[in-house]
Amino acid sequence: MDLWSNLGIVYALIGAALAVLAGGVGSSLGVGIAGEAASGVISEDPSKFGKVLVLQLLPGTNGIYGLLVGFIVLAQIGLLGGAPADLTVQQGLLILAACLPITIVGWLSGPAQGKVSAAAIGIIAKKPDQFGKAMLLPAMVETYTILALLISILAVTALA
Amino acid sequence: MAVVQMQKLSICGLKKDRRAILDKIQTMGIMEINHLLEEDEVFQKVDVSKEKGNFDKMAVTADQSLNLLQMYVPKKPSKFASLEGKEVISEEKYNHIIHKKEDILKVIKHIQHIDKERSDYKAEIVKLENNIESIKPWLSLDLPLNFADNVHSAMISGMLPGKLTMEDINRIMAKVESLGIAVEPHIVSRSNDHTYVAFFALRKDSEIIEDTLSTRGFTRLYYAWNKTPRDTIDEIEEKIVQLKTKISQIEMEMVALDTNREKIRIFADYYRIRSDKYEVLSHLLQSSNTFVISGYVPTMYVDDIKQEIEQKYDCNIDIDPINKNEDTPVLLSNNKFSANMEGVLNAYGLPGKGEIDPTTVMSFFYAFFFGMMLSDAGYGALVSIVVLIVTKKFPNMGVGMKKALKMFFWCGISTVFWGVMFGGYFGDLIPVVSYNFFGTEVIPPALWFTPLENPMRLLVFSLLFGLVHLFTGLGIKGYICLKQKAYFDFVCDVVFWYVMLAGLILMLIPSSIFASILQAEVTFPAFVNTLAIVLAVAGAAGILFVSGQRSKNFGLNLARGAYNLYGITRWLSEILSYSRLLALGLATGVIASVVNQMGSMGSGVLGVIIFIVAFLFGHTLNMAINLLGAYVHTNRLQFVEFFGKFYEGTGRIFEPFNRKTKYIDVKED
Repeated sequence: MDLWSNLGIVYALIGAALAVLAGGVGSSLGVGIAGEAASGVISEDPSKFGKVLVLQLLPGTNGIYGLLVGFIVLAQIGLLGGAPADLTVQQGLLILAACLPITIVGWLSGPAQGKVSAAAIGIIAKKPDQFGKAMLLPAMVETYTILALLISILAVTALA
Repeated sequence: MAVVQMQKLSICGLKKDRRAILDKIQTMGIMEINHLLEEDEVFQKVDVSKEKGNFDKMAVTADQSLNLLQMYVPKKPSKFASLEGKEVISEEKYNHIIHKKEDILKVIKHIQHIDKERSDYKAEIVKLENNIESIKPWLSLDLPLNFADNVHSAMISGMLPGKLTMEDINRIMAKVESLGIAVEPHIVSRSNDHTYVAFFALRKDSEIIEDTLSTRGFTRLYYAWNKTPRDTIDEIEEKIVQLKTKISQIEMEMVALDTNREKIRIFADYYRIRSDKYEVLSHLLQSSNTFVISGYVPTMYVDDIKQEIEQKYDCNIDIDPINKNEDTPVLLSNNKFSANMEGVLNAYGLPGKGEIDPTTVMSFFYAFFFGMMLSDAGYGALVSIVVLIVTKKFPNMGVGMKKALKMFFWCGISTVFWGVMFGGYFGDLIPVVSYNFFGTEVIPPALWFTPLENPMRLLVFSLLFGLVHLFTGLGIKGYICLKQKAYFDFVCDVVFWYVMLAGLILMLIPSSIFASILQAEVTFPAFVNTLAIVLAVAGAAGILFVSGQRSKNFGLNLARGAYNLYGITRWLSEILSYSRLLALGLATGVIASVVNQMGSMGSGVLGVIIFIVAFLFGHTLNMAINLLGAYVHTNRLQFVEFFGKFYEGTGRIFEPFNRKTKYIDVKED
């Protein structure tokens, strides 16, 4: 019984871990998809490296956002220096819930953004001067990751 | 904030002057030639495709020679090649070099000639080396390889499959010898799967011997050398040495010829320029004694053109009226600060017919939002300083590149501003360093507030800045409507929206949702609350009942109005989109703190080293990723939210007829 009532900090840490984990997975899938397309373009024309690299990197932000939320959670629950906070199960679960938006959106939007990036790299292959437009399309997907990130950050900071 | 006014000029001159006039126009580089004029009985186009083809060939040949020189005398391109821009040479030097173009052509031809010689020699060496390989098995033979030519006796040389011994050979020969034929077999050498043999016999018997052997898979080998294998190989090797000397002589000559590289580049560009000129010439309408050319010139340069051409040649320059639907090219002209953001507009699309150039308005928002998203004084200062150094160091860089870099300079300044407002200097570097290495924690105060401590407050301000941005966009739309005298559109698409949104915002501010976000209650006097409702309802009613009135069908009009009113959801999503200002700003600061935290894990001297490594690596990475993020998302806010209100960007860029070169820029005196 005692064990079950002391799980607050565990739930919070699971939340932080999930955010970092899912964001990282989403990003690596996305960057991977875009990277394949990028390699194809570079094999034809190495001079486009700079442009396609930028496009390949665009899905890479989900991992950063996950890290961001994870870090704020760790700071909030006192795991970075100082004593761990004494969290009730309810508080722990609340933090876990707060991590869910960036966890799920970061995980699933990564590959989606990666596909758009890969397609945008195709634009660069054919029309290198249309870089501005090519860059914008993957950024459209990112909007929803940012919205999820925002709610996660606001919720986590509000719970402290 | 302007699209440069264009004039359409047509120049009519004497045919004898056409090259000189075209040259002048090309050098000035301020006129875009259009080829709209049609042929008739008098004015016809002249085919110059042969000349143009020759010039293209010259340029390509020169490029090939340059590639060859680069192959023989590799010059590592500088890491900053894209920043360096083209080499600038004076008109005088250019003319001086082009004057000797025949000599340069000789050099170019010579380079290609000796390169071909070298590859021939290389092929010859490969062939000779193969010969040596084929002779090698016969080395132990002390006879000339074409010994078969003797009068009475014959040498039948060749190879038999398998690694055979003398007994095997004797066994094969037993059949021949049983016919009473004398034969003297020799095993010259053996390889893994072949045995090289020579048979000596009388000439008349050689056929029978060969027939017998061929049943065992014998391949007869003929050689033309009339010396012993040893001597032959020596002779071939000597030949190879001679060829190698020749090759190295050619390579040395190439090194000597490398001094011509600059001249060849100028030569290549000279023919590029001429080819462009002939491209224009091929579209020129010419009569037996005159020609006519037309194109667009920015108004401010019309006098220059007149002065340079009308006064020097016998010709007539007319300014033609520009048709309303004509596809005039677009050239932007902005103040020194805003001009740097023209590249952003270019990436989206230039202003089309009836549109205004939004660069100036956009440029201020651009720097503002960029700074807010990067929001770290350290990063901002670093960006600006790097740009300053780079632009000083590479004065010849292309105009577009220079503008883009300068844009980042200003964005960097804005980032410093926001960094100071939010108290971010490489994240929390100052508190971390002062606490870990000096024992006292110094926290630089945020001039405004620290976002991480009060994110809701920054969210509200982000949305507010977004609202200002969007309302500005809507205002520009109104301005365009008024300019085009589309008063109905002005009222429906602009005024009603302003009224309704103002009302909605006034209604939202005293509400409990807003109070919880702002963590402060706002109460308006009663008349403001009433006014808010009146405005919102009036605006909504206007959109619903008036904006759809474009036909006589009442139901359709109402449906159209309802659809327009539904646009309110777009406004909602657009305003919320500005929350990225907060999210990206926080991302920079928090990741920077993570870097500092990781760096400060050690202690003592080792701790300092760890900190420096973590600082350099971590902050470089964080800055790179957040620069990218700030750039992409600032563009997005301009392209989608701001331009979405009023701008299409269907214009075509002004492409003057000028000297388009690959290697050099000729600077006029």
